[in-house]
Amino acid sequence: MQTGMKKEALVSDTTQIEARSVSKTFGKFHALRDVSLKIAEGEFLSLLGPSGSGKTTFLTLLGGYEPATRGQLFLEGQDMTNWPAKQRGFGMVFQGYALFPHLTVAENIAFPLKVQKRGKAAIADRVAQMVEMVGLSGHETKKPGALSGGQQQRVALARALAYEPKVLLLDEPFSALDKNLRGQMQEELRRLHRDLGTTFVFVTHDQEEALALSSRIAIFNHGELQQVGTPDTVYERPANRFTAEFLGDINILSVDDSARGIAGTALELPANVRSFDHVAIRPEHMRLADAGDAIQLPATVRDRVYLGSKSRLLLETRAGEDLMLYLDNGGALQAPEPGADIRVTWETGDSFAL
Amino acid sequence: MRALLCLICPLLLFLGCSYLLPFLGIMQLSFTDPVPGIDQYRHVLSDPLTQSVIWRTIRLCVIVTVVSVSCAYVITLLWVRGSPMVRLLTELCIMIPFWISVLSRAFGWLSMLSNRGLLNKWLQNLGLIDSAIQMTRNEFAVVVGMSHYLIPFAVFPLATAMRNVDERVLTAADGMGASRLRVFWQVFLPMTASGIMGATLLVFVFSIGFYVTPALLGGGQSVLIAELIYLWIFQIPQWGVAAAMSVVLMIAVGGILYLLMRRYGEMAK
Repeated sequence: MQTGMKKEALVSDTTQIEARSVSKTFGKFHALRDVSLKIAEGEFLSLLGPSGSGKTTFLTLLGGYEPATRGQLFLEGQDMTNWPAKQRGFGMVFQGYALFPHLTVAENIAFPLKVQKRGKAAIADRVAQMVEMVGLSGHETKKPGALSGGQQQRVALARALAYEPKVLLLDEPFSALDKNLRGQMQEELRRLHRDLGTTFVFVTHDQEEALALSSRIAIFNHGELQQVGTPDTVYERPANRFTAEFLGDINILSVDDSARGIAGTALELPANVRSFDHVAIRPEHMRLADAGDAIQLPATVRDRVYLGSKSRLLLETRAGEDLMLYLDNGGALQAPEPGADIRVTWETGDSFAL
Repeated sequence: MRALLCLICPLLLFLGCSYLLPFLGIMQLSFTDPVPGIDQYRHVLSDPLTQSVIWRTIRLCVIVTVVSVSCAYVITLLWVRGSPMVRLLTELCIMIPFWISVLSRAFGWLSMLSNRGLLNKWLQNLGLIDSAIQMTRNEFAVVVGMSHYLIPFAVFPLATAMRNVDERVLTAADGMGASRLRVFWQVFLPMTASGIMGATLLVFVFSIGFYVTPALLGGGQSVLIAELIYLWIFQIPQWGVAAAMSVVLMIAVGGILYLLMRRYGEMAK
């Protein structure tokens, strides 16, 4: 929770954009249902979800590229629901970059500035500054077709940021890049966000990317907003089963109604807690039990995967549910072999109800 | 490799018999009939009448190309980017003339544009003109007839280019505040330049060899090179000169094709 507080402190608490009960339908298909969300000035918000979850639709509505079917959008308190994209004036990095193929790098970046009718000298200065900022010096006169994917990505970023928009929208900007390049571009995007202080709204389907980059994450599924929060909140305290399972690995145990506890343990739940039927624990919070631990869940080792610094144990409970946990390989404890009967435990505070 | 050769052989044989042999025959005629040597070529390149026909052909073909490609651009724009209803209507308007023979279409224009044709009648009935305007037997009629015939040929390369334009690029330009006019002139038009080039090439090369339309609508008043060749073959007749003229025409078309293709190749990069 500590890092979460710090990250939030970086973000001002001024609401810049607000969506109120925004819906979007395409014919009978509900792409977005009743989404309400506040975006703070200067934050890095990721819209995360599987494909078809409505995250890109929401970004398109924010940018003004599509009208909302229902609901309202506000920019700094003003109703911008019916404003076209050009009136909102947000920067946008499209999926596939959408660069002008017939223009050079410099001309691409200059395009929005020319539209704004800035002076020739001012445009040249700004273009040079942007080229420098995204590290494309020496490539000014090349056309997009002669650039690599990463370089095209930089041109798209420079073009979107050239006219100093209040908000930058990014639609899966790194999905076409290979893994190494993606990591490098993520670093650069973080740097840009830090240096500029512009609000970034970033669409991705990559959980790790969202966790690593964002000050807050909004998780979408089936056109509905599931949860909004800092990366550690959504990871450690997911609001529902979808969020829990979508963000990394999770151990889920059924609550046995008759025993009023978790199947296969002596652990009893307070009688008043009856409003849920699953308990979830992240694998990194689960460990082998010592004699003194309050929770002792018996399980059988099914498999052990050696990962270098640690091993992953795949377990099965008496109730037949699968569990996963990590063991440090450097420790004094000898890792149990497949077939061994063991007991696992966790801190009550690390588990949550679903 | 051998199988490939066997597959290609029939085509090579066919091309050899139907193109190469007749072409060699024409070459031979042009250098031997009626006298051996280059007299025929000397005639083609020095005769003032032939010269004027060549210049008229080039001038008219340039006009026809510009008119056809411009009209085709607008039509293709409707066809590719219009509403479904507009698309259907445009498609009919492109395809139906495409299936009608060049002769019928030339006659159609004749009955439309002649002194006692529909257009003159309407204008007179409306009281806009007193006596008929001369609209056939001149270059105007030739340009109208040829352009009408060639527009569909320009539509297809243009449609390919327009369909290849990434919609997001236009959306991006619009989102950056560019007016529709700017998006068209500075983004859409340059992005379809390869199609314009292809259409220009196709229409220009086609138009140079045109015979029926200029002969009917020009009424002998605006003779183009193909009609002149016809005259040298059937009216005069002196096949050697006609052959020399054909060779010159072919070299000219080949040269233009080469130049445009080189430019086209640069643009495609």
